[in-house]
Amino acid sequence: MLDMFTQNINPYYLQVANLLGIYIILALGLNLITGVTGQLSFGHAAFMSIGAYTAALLTLKMHLPFALSLLAGGCVACIWGVLIGFPTLRLTGDYLGIATLGFGEIVLVVFTNLQITGGAIGLAGIPRYTNVFVVYLLVAITVYCMYRIQYSRFGRALLAIREDEIAAAAMGINTTIYKVQAFAIGAFFAGLAGGLYAHLLQYLNPNDFGFARSFEILNFVVLGGLGSIPGTILGTVVLTLAPEFLRFIAEYRMMIYGLLLVVMMIFRPNGLLGGVDLSRVIKRYRSKRLERASARSISSS
Amino acid sequence: MFWQQLINGLTLGATYALIALGYTMVYGIIQLINFAHGEIFMVGAFVGVLAITILKVNIFVAMFLAMLVCMALGVTAERIAYRPLRRSDRLAPLISAIGVSIFLQTLMTVIFGPQPQAFPQVVEDALYKLGPVQVSRVQIIILVVASFLMVGLHLIVKYVKIGKAMRAASEDYDTAALMGINVNRVISFTFALGSLLAAAGGVLVGMYFNSVFPLMGVQAGLKAFCAAVLGGIGSIPGAMLGGIFLGIAEVLGIAAGYGDYKDAVAFTLLILVLLFRPTGLLGRPVQRKV
Repeated sequence: MLDMFTQNINPYYLQVANLLGIYIILALGLNLITGVTGQLSFGHAAFMSIGAYTAALLTLKMHLPFALSLLAGGCVACIWGVLIGFPTLRLTGDYLGIATLGFGEIVLVVFTNLQITGGAIGLAGIPRYTNVFVVYLLVAITVYCMYRIQYSRFGRALLAIREDEIAAAAMGINTTIYKVQAFAIGAFFAGLAGGLYAHLLQYLNPNDFGFARSFEILNFVVLGGLGSIPGTILGTVVLTLAPEFLRFIAEYRMMIYGLLLVVMMIFRPNGLLGGVDLSRVIKRYRSKRLERASARSISSS
Repeated sequence: MFWQQLINGLTLGATYALIALGYTMVYGIIQLINFAHGEIFMVGAFVGVLAITILKVNIFVAMFLAMLVCMALGVTAERIAYRPLRRSDRLAPLISAIGVSIFLQTLMTVIFGPQPQAFPQVVEDALYKLGPVQVSRVQIIILVVASFLMVGLHLIVKYVKIGKAMRAASEDYDTAALMGINVNRVISFTFALGSLLAAAGGVLVGMYFNSVFPLMGVQAGLKAFCAAVLGGIGSIPGAMLGGIFLGIAEVLGIAAGYGDYKDAVAFTLLILVLLFRPTGLLGRPVQRKV
């Protein structure tokens, strides 16, 4: 059944769909850090690379099952999130962003020079375990987790930190612990996505995880609307599919992509769904329909 | 040996400092990390090559032309991509800057191709012995031009009216506007100055390493940005100090046998400095308002 489905679909579309799912997981993790908690992170790709290399090496060298290696990739990225989080989260605003940027570049250089990761040549021959069902199962789990986190007591504390850190601290929120936890969760999902990425492309190169990748993920989140889960997904879909649709103009495509970022920011600086509460929109739409229905029933009777 | 490395580091550091000044001035006034600044530097290097090969001018005229082109480019980018976003959330102009940077990178790749281009040999190789160290003519040109530009910048910021306006705007943007300073003009001027310095840096780096390529702005820009933060972002002497410090650290790192890790030196130093002095070496502590 699985084979039937995947064989009848254009492999190019399938690959794009897989990557899209992986990017959604990545972007939702960053959304928790930057969108919900308000901590600027320019090093999300570093956590992705840590997860990717961990998962790939575990299946390659230790022959661990796919699920376990994915989980291990997420956990190792999470541990690094905590290690980086504790010292650097004392920094605020742009300085935190800069420190995470530095961390990302250091990870890149380390992976380029390590023996076990294949250095600059990269790591090849990773078994292809990732398929579209695994990816979207994990997307669904991630979305569910993010909703549970964001609308819990913990999530509201994170929002409070984003709005005003000093006030949040004054209300008894241990801001450092909360920020580190958000950072760790975001890093975990980045690691998970990294593992999927490694087992999808079957080849890893440290240069795939440079700061350009980190900014790509940040673009998804900001373009969609900070702190909004549907927004983050929409932003990821738009920015992942745009370069694919633009393939017909070949070499000019990234130029258009750059312009697209500028134009979108000028017209919607808060992101596509920034400040839009989707549940409220749906509720309003429903109540209007109800009103119309009741008006009809009154007029007919 | 040590003194030789020090001179090499100073040369590299001077170019980092030239680029870092643009980051620091823009950040000081509008709190924007201008990620397109590295690309301005790259465009400057390309304009330098074109001027030398097509117009057959000497290196200084080429540098002057690169400065003019980049000034126009920097001011235009600000006008189109950053000014409409000045009152919005902090991240929006940042993403816009990334957009500009991707645009310029691809534009130059489409025009010139991704492979490095040789920088024409305009300065003859000549080594001068100064006691135990050897200094090449290229290095002397870099050091002299960089110091000349930095002194010029210092004089403008300190004594010229628009420089005073810049300092006022970086102190308090809104109050400066209330005092009758045309902040839009000040910001345009800041972008012009920063781009001019980056263009000079681009031509000097192209000449020093003998090659220019469309992605050269990425690493150089990141490192210069590190230098700006290291010295205390928003502070002009800080950017100069940070750049030179970083250049020397990098060259000493390579000399000590960590050449493979040379790109990590800057960032490791950056994180260490930020942990102990969260606003950089010469930065003022951030005031937290309650």
